[in-house]
Amino acid sequence: MAFALTPERERQVDDIVTRYPERRAALLPVLWLCQRQHGWISPEVVQYVAKRLELSTAIVEGVVTFYTMFFDQPVGENVIWVCRTLSCDLRGGKAIQEHLERKLGCTPGHTSSDGKFTLLKAECLAACGQAPMVQINDDYYENLDVKLLDRILEAHATRGSEAAAAEFATSARLGSIRASKGRAASTAPPPPTQEAVRLASQPPPPSDSKGEG
Amino acid sequence: MVATMQPMLTSRYGLPDSWKLSNAERAGAYVIARKALTTRTPAELKEEVKKANLRGRGGAGFPAGVKWGFLNPRGGDQVYLVVNADESEPGTFKDRSIMTQDPHRLIEGIVISCFAIGAHVAYIYVRGELAFAVRRLERALEEAKQAGYLGERPFGIDHAIEVHVHSGAGAYICGEETALLNSLEGRRGEPRLKPPFPAVKGVFGMPTIVNNVETIAAVPDIIEMGGDTWAMLGRLPGDGGVRIYGVSGHVNNPGLFEAPVGITMRELIDDYAGGMLGGRPLKAVIPGGSSTPVLDPRRKVVAPNATDPLHQWHGQSEIDVPMGVDTYRALGTMLGTCCAIVMDDTVNMVEASRNLMRFYKHESCGQCTPCREGTGWLVDVLDNLCAGRGKPEDVDLLVNISNNMMGNTICAFADGTAMPMLGMVQKFREEFMDAAVNGVPEGIRHDESARRMVEGWT
Repeated sequence: MAFALTPERERQVDDIVTRYPERRAALLPVLWLCQRQHGWISPEVVQYVAKRLELSTAIVEGVVTFYTMFFDQPVGENVIWVCRTLSCDLRGGKAIQEHLERKLGCTPGHTSSDGKFTLLKAECLAACGQAPMVQINDDYYENLDVKLLDRILEAHATRGSEAAAAEFATSARLGSIRASKGRAASTAPPPPTQEAVRLASQPPPPSDSKGEG
Repeated sequence: MVATMQPMLTSRYGLPDSWKLSNAERAGAYVIARKALTTRTPAELKEEVKKANLRGRGGAGFPAGVKWGFLNPRGGDQVYLVVNADESEPGTFKDRSIMTQDPHRLIEGIVISCFAIGAHVAYIYVRGELAFAVRRLERALEEAKQAGYLGERPFGIDHAIEVHVHSGAGAYICGEETALLNSLEGRRGEPRLKPPFPAVKGVFGMPTIVNNVETIAAVPDIIEMGGDTWAMLGRLPGDGGVRIYGVSGHVNNPGLFEAPVGITMRELIDDYAGGMLGGRPLKAVIPGGSSTPVLDPRRKVVAPNATDPLHQWHGQSEIDVPMGVDTYRALGTMLGTCCAIVMDDTVNMVEASRNLMRFYKHESCGQCTPCREGTGWLVDVLDNLCAGRGKPEDVDLLVNISNNMMGNTICAFADGTAMPMLGMVQKFREEFMDAAVNGVPEGIRHDESARRMVEGWT
């Protein structure tokens, strides 16, 4: 069956192509739009994008297969990327993965039998200071332990990914910092989950010595 | 010397809704851009950035002012500014905080930089995973445009500036500037041969300046203070200003910290990051992202001659040398992004190497044979060592493979794989030899020190 973007997304494509002097440069943004609508980049999506941007399907496929985040096969309702690169691994990344495997009953690269979650291993997601962490769909969930992870999974399964993100994702946390300490240089140790507050209240180095101890 | 440092780059992070224009403006956002665009010339602005000794914050440490100086557009050329926000180097997590907590500082830096280098269009290339940062940036750009700080006539002057956010899609190599440009053009993110350098022929065949997020975010303060003054904030000559340090791994308080250029690794770990997790001993630290060779606190600096760049620190531990682009190069490592991965004595360095080499194997773009094959070979050999299938010659094989990767490829990815591998073998050789004979002890894992917290044991 032929693929088509919704009229609203079609308008977005029209806008996107104006941002670049060459039409081809819109390829990644348009693929993103398609994946958000369709869930993955099917052969029909490739056909559509090639036609829309006046490219050959080979060029579109070459790009799709190069980038890790474009799915060339269907995925579950939610996609969980568990970061296993060194910084996360030092803080329990493996424990998080093992817990996910037990909960979902599948190994990385597979989807839980209810179709709700696809589990994937990720290389560094640039959240090293908030390790261990996972990315679920578009959002980061950081400073995890297994209890918190259980609540996050539960929220996704029962209330959907938007509600889960609004409650647990880093984006929601960084949005609610206004309610916390503000920028006062407090002496109390900041809560470990709020990187911004920590930044504003970190101490200066105690002296100018070259530190022999 | 800075006794008590007021945060600069991060000064607005803790404000309520710091990412909203009205709040950022109350704390001074865009005052400097307005002044710069309406009262200064592009040449003056470029000169300030040059004087600031601003070393690129993306890892290579190239002086930003010098890079800008390479631009020499011919008539009819459109100059582009591309902001590299493809932060993916393992251990590095600083740029996202600028985009989510103070996007207007980045945009202000972009406006000033575009005016200085004569660019009318800027692209911010954000790694695909950071959808949240993209949302924040796009919202902030809309606000700035409505306020008249972007668009046809920013601050009423005749120099149009458009800024677009472009999402990547999960490829570490797109942080390499020419791979990034290919990706921006809608191609596979494979690095290009240099020369021509981007400043001559970059995106869409036009002169292009590619700068890291933190580099551009530093520009407003440089213009406001004057390049000379900003340079003095750093503790090292030729390496100016303040920067955002990150610490991850086995410390009590991992996170981001703003400090002058030139603090030591020991200060960073003990004074900023709260010391080692559970008070365990420090075994090794990767100073600035996974491509920078590891530091071993037991090792002393050997620089007996007065002409040695590190002579001042002769006999001291490696982690007591100030963190600067040039000092760390003299130490045989690299400053990189200043985001350290700290490991305590529970970590097996063969396992740690295997973890990192898997990353490189996964992320090699596959264009050049030494890199595509070499990264795979390194993982195979390390797999054998860890599984007890290794032999002592394998340790030298790791060195051999690394040496054959270095300098033999289009971009620096292979060097960035080989250097940390060589550093590991050089500094922890006995551990590799032990693994070659006995394998890595069964059941050993990196997260032994943190597992209790994560799994919630009591």
